[in-house]
Amino acid sequence: MSEIPFSLTWLIPLPPLLAFALIVLFTNPDKKLSARVAIFGVAVSWVLGWWIVLSSVVIPHFGEHAFRLAVHWLPAASSVLTVGVIVDPVTAGMLFMVPFVCLMIFIYSVGYMTFPGHLPQSLNVDGLDPRYSRFFAYISLFAFGMLGLVIAENLLMLFIFWEVMGLCSYLLIGFWFEKPSAYKAGLKAFITTRVGDTIMLAGMVLLYAQSGSLAFADIFSPGNLERLATTTVNVPLFGPTPWATVLAIMIFFGAIGKSAQFPLHVWLPDAMEGPTPVSALIHAATMVSAGVYLMIRMFPLVQAVEHGPALTFIAFIGAFTALFAASIAVAQNDIKRVLAYSTISQLGYMFAALGIGAYVAAVFHLLVHSFFKSLLFLGAGSVIHAMEHGHHATAEHGDAQEGSFDPNDMRNMGGLFRKMPITALTFIAGGLALSGFPIVTAGFWSKDEILADAWINGHSIVFWTLAFAAFLTAFYTGRQIFLVFFGTPRTSAAHHVGESVRSMTYPLIVLAIFAVVGGWVGIPEGFPGLGHILNNPFHHFIASQAEALGIEAAVLPFNPAPVSISILAALGGLALAWTVYGVQPVESRDAPDPLERPLGGLYRVLQNKYYIDEFYAATVIRFTIWLSHLFSRVDRDWIIDPLVNWVGRSGRRLATGLRRLVDEPIIDGLVNGVGSATNASGAFLRLIQTGRVQNYLVVMLLTALMLLALYTTPGS
Amino acid sequence: MSFPILTLITFVPLLGAILCLLPWGQWLGWSKAREEDFIRLLAILFSLVPLILAVFLWLAYDKAAGGFQFEEMAAWIPALGVSYHIGVDGLSVPLVFLTTLLTTLGLYYSSHVIKHRVREFFVLFLLLEMGMLGVFVSLDFVLFYVFWEIGLVPMYFLIGIWGHEEDRPQYSAIKFFLYTLVGSVAMLLAILGVYFDTGTFDIVKAIALKPFAANPMLAGLAFWGFFLAFAIKMPVWPFHTWLPDAHTAAPTAGSVILAGVLLKLGAYGLIRINLPVFPTAAKTWAPLMIALGVISIVYGALVCMAQTDLKRLIAYSSVSHMGYVMLGVGAAAFAIGMKRAGALDSAAMALNGAALQMFNHGIITGGLFFLVGVIYERAHTRELNLFGGLSAKVPYYYGLMMVTALASLGLPGLAGFWSEFFVFRGAFDLVRVWAAIGVIGVVITAAYILWRIVQSVFLGQYDPQKIAHWTNPADGNMTHEPMDVLLFEKVTLWPLIFFMILFGVYPTPILDFFNRMTMALMHGL
Repeated sequence: MSEIPFSLTWLIPLPPLLAFALIVLFTNPDKKLSARVAIFGVAVSWVLGWWIVLSSVVIPHFGEHAFRLAVHWLPAASSVLTVGVIVDPVTAGMLFMVPFVCLMIFIYSVGYMTFPGHLPQSLNVDGLDPRYSRFFAYISLFAFGMLGLVIAENLLMLFIFWEVMGLCSYLLIGFWFEKPSAYKAGLKAFITTRVGDTIMLAGMVLLYAQSGSLAFADIFSPGNLERLATTTVNVPLFGPTPWATVLAIMIFFGAIGKSAQFPLHVWLPDAMEGPTPVSALIHAATMVSAGVYLMIRMFPLVQAVEHGPALTFIAFIGAFTALFAASIAVAQNDIKRVLAYSTISQLGYMFAALGIGAYVAAVFHLLVHSFFKSLLFLGAGSVIHAMEHGHHATAEHGDAQEGSFDPNDMRNMGGLFRKMPITALTFIAGGLALSGFPIVTAGFWSKDEILADAWINGHSIVFWTLAFAAFLTAFYTGRQIFLVFFGTPRTSAAHHVGESVRSMTYPLIVLAIFAVVGGWVGIPEGFPGLGHILNNPFHHFIASQAEALGIEAAVLPFNPAPVSISILAALGGLALAWTVYGVQPVESRDAPDPLERPLGGLYRVLQNKYYIDEFYAATVIRFTIWLSHLFSRVDRDWIIDPLVNWVGRSGRRLATGLRRLVDEPIIDGLVNGVGSATNASGAFLRLIQTGRVQNYLVVMLLTALMLLALYTTPGS
Repeated sequence: MSFPILTLITFVPLLGAILCLLPWGQWLGWSKAREEDFIRLLAILFSLVPLILAVFLWLAYDKAAGGFQFEEMAAWIPALGVSYHIGVDGLSVPLVFLTTLLTTLGLYYSSHVIKHRVREFFVLFLLLEMGMLGVFVSLDFVLFYVFWEIGLVPMYFLIGIWGHEEDRPQYSAIKFFLYTLVGSVAMLLAILGVYFDTGTFDIVKAIALKPFAANPMLAGLAFWGFFLAFAIKMPVWPFHTWLPDAHTAAPTAGSVILAGVLLKLGAYGLIRINLPVFPTAAKTWAPLMIALGVISIVYGALVCMAQTDLKRLIAYSSVSHMGYVMLGVGAAAFAIGMKRAGALDSAAMALNGAALQMFNHGIITGGLFFLVGVIYERAHTRELNLFGGLSAKVPYYYGLMMVTALASLGLPGLAGFWSEFFVFRGAFDLVRVWAAIGVIGVVITAAYILWRIVQSVFLGQYDPQKIAHWTNPADGNMTHEPMDVLLFEKVTLWPLIFFMILFGVYPTPILDFFNRMTMALMHGL
């Protein structure tokens, strides 16, 4: 095979990094130039990426001779860690999607980051966001992180890029940091994913210790996997467990955090506080896809123990999250929040697919989902942007509603189809793909493959859970479309909206095309009529890698039952949405949601996201803060420092005591005693030393007389 | 005898200090201001000499050969067998470089902000440098002890004289001095014990002779003598409370040196003396070391979250971060004598992590203290609740702080990550449960850095009511809004940021030193 494009793979992430550095260091005073630098950077990555994709798809059985390049990076005890790149079918798939979707989002941002209606007018000098350049720098860094991640040759590199993205999500979610809700959401995203990342880090270092290397090629060597699957470790409560199981689950926790699976999903809905292009980046092209990509990458380890608990665990978390998040999405009123929960739910699909061993289907759904979800977010952004404009226009006319206006709230919209047809049509295309509208949309084919796999391999619980989730997905997507685009405008802001600028609508059109035709590369061969037109090239491309890694990826026989159920779920959900929201559109923004009465208390529970945020706030967060204050008091006021001071004071007291009891009375007393004795004798002697000669003469006379008397006394 | 490079590195600062003491103004008829400028310049120039020599040392040290190099040996007190024996190995070379770098940066920064008793400040700072460098190059216990004590005195005065009145500088200085002195006494006893057992004060010989090998009781006591001194200096929980006070009270450059280098003396001593001289005792007490390390990590991080004074918060973060060093050393000690395949590798990596953490913490926390100084010079407060929204006002400062803070929380791609990675790589293999508790600290660290520091200082809406008067540090005039970083502040921080990024992306240049040293060390036990 031709080595040239592959040996250039390592260049792919660099242009966005360079763009980041250029903007931060030099071009940031010039906003337009910064945007161009960023777009140019990612465009170069896109060209390089697609060159590599095109070079790899023409190689038959590419998965068996994947490209790998590694050089010495740093010493680690008696071994070395390497840095390098791999290109295999999964990487190629990601390289097809990531830089392209990023490019679309970057172009879209040029239009979106204008008119910062949420900020004070004083900051709005040139019609561009005051931190326009900074925005493009951050999203460039984000693209760098994701591009680096998908070509990483070892788990350590992957982890590094993983965390770079964590940082970018923090910076971008909290981009409008004047708003407390924005910076809090950024912090929440970072800390929540950090919880998962920490467990993943622990799993990674343990894997390193057990395998002696972190390069994927070494970890997945059959001998190593065999050893990991057979040697056990004692896990508290569970007893001896194979290393492979423990490590796979620990690493999966990283994905739980990054891909917002239950119970670490709480950050993703809040992440829509960031500018909408960021939501598109996080939800589609980068961040959350990284978690699924990680598990696809680590899949040989996950399935090293056949039908092991790791697979079951992943399938369970995935399927549960798919249904759980879909149910929440039903009762949300924020246009982006609905999409956020749909992302969580769709990622659950992918993990469930991996958990049941549907490797190719997971990859397929990951890629397809990225296209239609970025489309949906950008479409939602177009709507929000238009609503802000509309609100601004009404405010100028002086007929604005009282109170704060939320441009994201679907209750404020309605009837937007006529006012912004391109946005509406593309959004509907994305929505149909999300709900799995049969035959024409890409989402149908990718979702169907997962369901078919579950059905045929007998994972009935997973199948029915996912099928029900699919029904809910179709329902809430329909609800969203009817609430936003149909009926009549419910506020004056919605009356005044207009179509967005071309830099925003063109990416929508391009992505809409992919959201429809993207699925055709993966039509199962057995599908009546359509299957033999393209022969499912996607499956064969990815399957070649699966086979090289020893993963089961046979073409499944066509079975009409799961397909029919899938079609039924999609159409049924859409039809129900039409009966509830389409036939009788909601008339006023204050009218209760038609679901509110039939669902009763359940509706409130759903609307409040099962109170999980409140639960975390009341338990983990509160406990940690309480503990931190406790320890702080222990340190400074209660135990440790008082003890130190007590020792110090005791020393001083001892010294004072010694002075009073020993030094002063005894030692000093002795010394002073000698002194005063001398004094006293001196004083006494002074009496004699009068200085008068007469006295001395008297004494002399007396003495002489006494001596005389002594000597003259007889008998002495 | 070859070129006495280590002697020069150690004693050029002393020469500088002496020259700074001379009454130049009187001799040359200069005004006081001119004389002070001259002293500033002189001090910086004299700190540059060891820095340049340290760079040379870095390049000239033969890593392949390993062991102690550039050794110098001369009789000092022959009657007692005390000699002037100095030399460096893979552990000390980077630390010598760190010391000279931080000293030069500290002097440079201080030359702009220290306005009173200038001469004394610079003289003491140079003396401090000599003491610290002496510890890192000494290969004789007595010499080691003497330098150890020399370092104490200038720092005492730096805290006591240049501290801010509201931070109780006298109390903090005394606390720092006495606390360290307690450790020193224990160390002196242990040194005498080693001497009576082996008849030598030479560290290299003591490593070979393994004093008290036959008497675990005495070996344990001697081990503890050293350990206490080093644990207080690091500091490890529960001997750490001198640190927040000393840091808070010390002038900016003093805090930088305190966190950047003085704490490393303790960690250095553990690896230089405790592990190789008393391997058996180290193995015995390894669980305790690990426990203290883990407690320091988690406890220190939690206490950080409750602080409202920026400087005190960063001081506590040092307790947490030095806990990683203790955990790494403890894990390595735990592996002594283990026969299992891979245990030695894990031990070496844990030690690598500990050694890297010493260097990284030096540049990162050094940087953080400089940054605290930058904001304090403007706001005259460090109260976190008074800040907010500064990201929009001082973007350059925000950028510098972000890089440093992220390095401190161990973000991959910046230096701090590697130390944590290697410590946990070793610890998770050797002492799984303790490592699992310690790793919680990683999450809490992210919380206090992003929540307490970044969010309180930079995010939200800027409120001009909170701090009405800002100072322009260049001329001392009042301003209504905070000024962004000035050139001298940038110049101070650039080298540190450079190393955070360089060793974050490509740590091999420094890791190679540590890796060879730790492999040799662990093989020798």
